[in-house]
Amino acid sequence: MTRTYSIEPWVEEPLAAFVAEAGARLALLMTPAGQVIAQHGFTRAVDVMAAAALGAAIVASTGEVAKLLDEPAFSVLNHQGERHGILLGGFDTPQGRMVCLVVYGKESTPGLVQLFFEEFSRDVREACPEPEAPKQVLASDFERELNDSLSALFRT
Amino acid sequence: MSKRFQGILDTITRIRGVRGAMIVVYQDGLVVSDSLMEGVRGNAVAALTSSLAKHVANATSASGAGVLQFLHLQAISGALLAVTAGAEMLVVAIADPSVNVGLVRLELIRAAEALT
Repeated sequence: MTRTYSIEPWVEEPLAAFVAEAGARLALLMTPAGQVIAQHGFTRAVDVMAAAALGAAIVASTGEVAKLLDEPAFSVLNHQGERHGILLGGFDTPQGRMVCLVVYGKESTPGLVQLFFEEFSRDVREACPEPEAPKQVLASDFERELNDSLSALFRT
Repeated sequence: MSKRFQGILDTITRIRGVRGAMIVVYQDGLVVSDSLMEGVRGNAVAALTSSLAKHVANATSASGAGVLQFLHLQAISGALLAVTAGAEMLVVAIADPSVNVGLVRLELIRAAEALT
Protein backbone atom coordinates (compact mmCIF):
# COMPACT_ATOMS: atom_id res chain seq x y z
CA MET A 1 0.00 0.00 0.00
CA THR A 2 1.25 3.48 -0.87
CA ARG A 3 1.62 5.76 2.12
CA THR A 4 1.82 9.48 2.73
CA TYR A 5 4.83 10.71 4.71
CA SER A 6 5.71 14.19 5.90
CA ILE A 7 8.13 16.14 8.03
CA GLU A 8 5.25 18.35 9.20
CA PRO A 9 2.56 16.15 10.82
CA TRP A 10 -0.29 18.64 10.23
CA VAL A 11 0.04 18.26 6.46
CA GLU A 12 -0.25 14.46 6.34
CA GLU A 13 -4.03 14.22 6.68
CA PRO A 14 -4.90 16.87 4.03
CA LEU A 15 -2.40 15.35 1.60
CA ALA A 16 -3.68 11.80 2.10
CA ALA A 17 -7.27 13.00 1.58
CA PHE A 18 -6.31 14.94 -1.55
CA VAL A 19 -4.47 11.99 -3.08
CA ALA A 20 -7.42 9.69 -2.42
CA GLU A 21 -10.06 12.08 -3.75
CA ALA A 22 -8.15 13.25 -6.82
CA GLY A 23 -6.94 9.76 -7.70
CA ALA A 24 -3.33 10.96 -7.80
CA ARG A 25 -0.47 8.50 -8.12
CA LEU A 26 2.33 10.66 -6.73
CA ALA A 27 2.31 13.92 -4.81
CA LEU A 28 5.05 16.12 -3.47
CA LEU A 29 4.51 19.15 -1.25
CA MET A 30 7.48 21.47 -1.04
CA THR A 31 8.64 25.03 -0.66
CA PRO A 32 9.36 27.05 -3.84
CA ALA A 33 13.06 26.41 -3.10
CA GLY A 34 12.49 22.66 -3.42
CA GLN A 35 12.60 21.71 0.26
CA VAL A 36 10.25 18.74 0.61
CA ILE A 37 7.52 18.94 3.25
CA ALA A 38 5.53 15.81 2.42
CA GLN A 39 5.32 13.10 -0.19
CA HIS A 40 2.97 10.38 -1.33
CA GLY A 41 3.81 7.42 -3.52
CA PHE A 42 7.55 7.86 -3.96
CA THR A 43 9.69 4.93 -2.92
CA ARG A 44 13.20 6.28 -3.48
CA ALA A 45 14.77 9.39 -1.95
CA VAL A 46 16.60 10.11 -5.18
CA ASP A 47 13.27 10.37 -7.07
CA VAL A 48 11.89 12.77 -4.46
CA MET A 49 14.96 14.98 -4.66
CA ALA A 50 14.91 15.01 -8.47
CA ALA A 51 11.17 15.75 -8.65
CA ALA A 52 11.49 18.50 -6.03
CA ALA A 53 14.39 20.13 -7.86
CA LEU A 54 12.62 19.96 -11.23
CA GLY A 55 9.31 21.16 -9.76
CA ALA A 56 11.01 24.11 -8.07
CA ALA A 57 12.79 24.96 -11.31
CA ILE A 58 9.52 24.95 -13.27
CA VAL A 59 7.88 27.18 -10.66
CA ALA A 60 10.81 29.59 -10.86
CA SER A 61 10.68 29.63 -14.69
CA THR A 62 6.93 30.19 -14.91
CA GLY A 63 7.22 32.81 -12.17
CA GLU A 64 9.57 34.76 -14.42
CA VAL A 65 7.17 34.38 -17.39
CA ALA A 66 4.40 35.71 -15.12
CA LYS A 67 6.55 38.73 -14.31
CA LEU A 68 7.05 39.41 -18.03
CA LEU A 69 3.27 39.34 -18.47
CA ASP A 70 2.68 41.51 -15.39
CA GLU A 71 0.87 38.63 -13.71
CA PRO A 72 1.23 38.22 -9.92
CA ALA A 73 1.91 34.46 -10.30
CA PHE A 74 0.49 31.44 -12.10
CA SER A 75 -1.45 29.41 -9.58
CA VAL A 76 -1.63 26.12 -11.49
CA LEU A 77 0.30 24.55 -14.34
CA ASN A 78 -0.98 21.43 -16.04
CA HIS A 79 0.77 19.11 -18.49
CA GLN A 80 -0.89 16.08 -20.02
CA GLY A 81 0.88 13.13 -21.50
CA GLU A 82 -0.42 9.93 -23.03
CA ARG A 83 -0.44 7.93 -19.80
CA HIS A 84 0.25 10.51 -17.12
CA GLY A 85 -0.42 14.14 -16.41
CA ILE A 86 1.23 16.50 -13.96
CA LEU A 87 -0.22 19.41 -12.07
CA LEU A 88 2.07 21.91 -10.40
CA GLY A 89 0.26 24.36 -8.19
CA GLY A 90 1.27 26.97 -5.65
CA PHE A 91 -0.57 28.54 -2.75
CA ASP A 92 0.19 30.78 0.23
CA THR A 93 0.10 29.61 3.85
CA PRO A 94 0.94 31.31 7.16
CA GLN A 95 4.39 29.68 6.82
CA GLY A 96 4.96 31.03 3.33
CA ARG A 97 4.31 29.82 -0.18
CA MET A 98 4.05 26.11 -0.86
CA VAL A 99 4.18 24.20 -4.11
CA CYS A 100 2.59 20.86 -4.87
CA LEU A 101 3.60 18.55 -7.69
CA VAL A 102 0.93 15.97 -8.50
CA VAL A 103 1.23 13.07 -10.94
CA TYR A 104 -2.03 11.46 -12.05
CA GLY A 105 -2.92 8.72 -14.49
CA LYS A 106 -5.80 7.76 -16.74
CA GLU A 107 -8.03 7.06 -13.74
CA SER A 108 -8.24 10.78 -12.98
CA THR A 109 -8.70 13.98 -14.97
CA PRO A 110 -7.16 17.47 -14.92
CA GLY A 111 -10.55 18.83 -13.84
CA LEU A 112 -10.78 16.51 -10.84
CA VAL A 113 -7.18 17.08 -9.75
CA GLN A 114 -7.63 20.84 -10.09
CA LEU A 115 -10.90 20.76 -8.16
CA PHE A 116 -9.48 18.80 -5.24
CA PHE A 117 -6.24 20.78 -5.34
CA GLU A 118 -8.26 23.90 -4.49
CA GLU A 119 -9.74 22.08 -1.48
CA PHE A 120 -6.32 20.73 -0.51
CA SER A 121 -4.73 24.19 -0.54
CA ARG A 122 -7.56 25.48 1.64
CA ASP A 123 -7.17 22.57 4.09
CA VAL A 124 -3.40 23.09 4.31
CA ARG A 125 -3.87 26.82 4.91
CA GLU A 126 -6.30 26.09 7.73
CA ALA A 127 -4.15 23.38 9.31
CA CYS A 128 -0.90 25.33 8.99
CA PRO A 129 0.37 26.70 12.35
CA GLU A 130 1.87 30.16 12.66
CA PRO A 131 5.60 30.20 11.86
CA GLU A 132 8.10 29.85 14.72
CA ALA A 133 10.92 32.35 15.21
CA PRO A 134 13.70 31.50 12.72
CA LYS A 135 16.60 29.48 14.18
CA GLN A 136 20.21 30.02 13.28
CA VAL A 137 21.24 27.30 10.82
CA LEU A 138 24.62 25.80 11.67
CA ALA A 139 26.61 23.81 9.14
CA SER A 140 26.91 20.97 11.66
CA ASP A 141 23.12 20.78 11.98
CA PHE A 142 22.45 20.87 8.26
CA GLU A 143 23.38 17.29 7.44
CA ARG A 144 21.61 15.92 10.51
CA GLU A 145 18.42 17.87 9.68
CA LEU A 146 18.59 16.71 6.06
CA ASN A 147 18.93 13.08 7.16
CA ASP A 148 16.09 13.51 9.68
CA SER A 149 13.86 14.92 6.91
CA LEU A 150 14.64 12.06 4.53
CA SER A 151 14.02 9.53 7.31
CA ALA A 152 10.65 11.13 8.05
CA LEU A 153 9.71 11.15 4.35
CA PHE A 154 10.44 7.45 3.93
CA ARG A 155 10.01 6.21 7.53
CA THR A 156 13.47 4.60 7.47
CA MET B 1 -16.21 30.53 -31.29
CA SER B 2 -17.40 31.33 -27.77
CA LYS B 3 -20.46 33.09 -29.27
CA ARG B 4 -21.34 29.83 -31.00
CA PHE B 5 -21.10 27.92 -27.71
CA GLN B 6 -23.08 30.60 -25.92
CA GLY B 7 -25.85 30.33 -28.51
CA ILE B 8 -25.98 26.57 -28.02
CA LEU B 9 -26.17 26.95 -24.24
CA ASP B 10 -28.84 29.64 -24.45
CA THR B 11 -31.27 27.19 -26.05
CA ILE B 12 -30.94 25.00 -22.95
CA THR B 13 -31.00 27.70 -20.27
CA ARG B 14 -34.17 29.20 -21.82
CA ILE B 15 -36.13 26.18 -20.57
CA ARG B 16 -38.06 26.91 -17.37
CA GLY B 17 -36.39 25.27 -14.37
CA VAL B 18 -32.90 25.03 -15.87
CA ARG B 19 -30.33 26.62 -13.54
CA GLY B 20 -27.43 26.37 -15.90
CA ALA B 21 -25.78 24.59 -18.78
CA MET B 22 -22.19 23.77 -19.62
CA ILE B 23 -20.05 22.32 -22.36
CA VAL B 24 -17.36 20.17 -20.75
CA VAL B 25 -14.35 18.31 -22.14
CA TYR B 26 -15.34 14.67 -21.59
CA GLN B 27 -11.86 13.30 -20.90
CA ASP B 28 -10.54 16.27 -18.89
CA GLY B 29 -13.51 17.51 -16.88
CA LEU B 30 -12.67 21.10 -17.76
CA VAL B 31 -15.26 23.71 -18.74
CA VAL B 32 -15.32 24.83 -22.38
CA SER B 33 -18.22 27.24 -21.98
CA ASP B 34 -20.89 27.77 -19.35
CA SER B 35 -24.03 29.70 -18.61
CA LEU B 36 -24.81 29.25 -14.93
CA MET B 37 -26.90 30.86 -12.24
CA GLU B 38 -24.97 32.44 -9.39
CA GLY B 39 -23.96 29.94 -6.73
CA VAL B 40 -23.44 26.98 -9.07
CA ARG B 41 -19.82 25.79 -8.85
CA GLY B 42 -19.19 25.21 -12.54
CA ASN B 43 -15.66 23.80 -12.21
CA ALA B 44 -16.75 21.29 -9.58
CA VAL B 45 -19.82 20.19 -11.54
CA ALA B 46 -17.76 19.80 -14.72
CA ALA B 47 -15.00 17.77 -13.08
CA LEU B 48 -17.36 15.48 -11.18
CA THR B 49 -19.82 15.02 -14.06
CA SER B 50 -17.02 14.03 -16.42
CA SER B 51 -15.70 11.52 -13.89
CA LEU B 52 -19.19 10.18 -13.27
CA ALA B 53 -19.95 9.91 -16.98
CA LYS B 54 -16.77 7.91 -17.51
CA HIS B 55 -17.71 5.46 -14.77
CA VAL B 56 -21.26 5.15 -16.06
CA ALA B 57 -19.93 4.65 -19.59
CA ASN B 58 -17.81 1.76 -18.27
CA ALA B 59 -20.93 0.28 -16.69
CA THR B 60 -23.06 0.62 -19.83
CA SER B 61 -20.28 -0.89 -21.90
CA ALA B 62 -19.74 -3.79 -19.47
CA SER B 63 -23.45 -4.51 -19.32
CA GLY B 64 -23.69 -4.67 -23.09
CA ALA B 65 -25.78 -1.51 -23.30
CA GLY B 66 -23.15 0.17 -25.46
CA VAL B 67 -21.89 3.72 -25.56
CA LEU B 68 -23.29 6.20 -23.02
CA GLN B 69 -25.64 8.75 -24.56
CA PHE B 70 -27.73 10.31 -21.83
CA LEU B 71 -27.25 10.60 -18.08
CA HIS B 72 -29.98 11.75 -15.71
CA LEU B 73 -29.42 12.08 -11.98
CA GLN B 74 -32.43 13.06 -9.93
CA ALA B 75 -31.77 14.42 -6.44
CA ILE B 76 -34.05 15.95 -3.80
CA SER B 77 -33.28 19.56 -4.67
CA GLY B 78 -32.44 19.28 -8.32
CA ALA B 79 -31.38 17.25 -11.30
CA LEU B 80 -28.23 16.82 -13.33
CA LEU B 81 -28.55 15.86 -16.99
CA ALA B 82 -25.76 15.20 -19.45
CA VAL B 83 -25.51 14.15 -23.07
CA THR B 84 -22.32 13.05 -24.81
CA ALA B 85 -21.30 15.05 -27.87
CA GLY B 86 -19.08 12.61 -29.70
CA ALA B 87 -16.18 11.21 -27.71
CA GLU B 88 -14.83 14.62 -26.82
CA MET B 89 -17.48 16.68 -25.14
CA LEU B 90 -20.40 16.57 -22.72
CA VAL B 91 -23.34 18.95 -22.67
CA VAL B 92 -24.54 19.29 -19.10
CA ALA B 93 -27.65 20.88 -17.61
CA ILE B 94 -28.39 21.60 -13.96
CA ALA B 95 -32.09 21.93 -13.25
CA ASP B 96 -34.81 22.16 -10.63
CA PRO B 97 -36.37 18.86 -9.55
CA SER B 98 -39.61 19.69 -11.32
CA VAL B 99 -38.03 20.49 -14.70
CA ASN B 100 -39.45 18.99 -17.89
CA VAL B 101 -36.79 16.31 -18.31
CA GLY B 102 -37.97 15.32 -21.79
CA LEU B 103 -37.62 18.85 -23.09
CA VAL B 104 -34.18 19.33 -21.51
CA ARG B 105 -33.05 16.00 -22.97
CA LEU B 106 -34.23 17.05 -26.42
CA GLU B 107 -32.35 20.35 -26.25
CA LEU B 108 -29.23 18.64 -24.89
CA ILE B 109 -29.27 16.20 -27.81
CA ARG B 110 -29.73 19.09 -30.27
CA ALA B 111 -26.86 20.93 -28.62
CA ALA B 112 -24.66 17.83 -28.84
CA GLU B 113 -25.51 17.46 -32.53
CA ALA B 114 -24.63 21.09 -33.14
CA LEU B 115 -21.23 20.50 -31.52
CA THR B 116 -20.28 17.42 -33.50
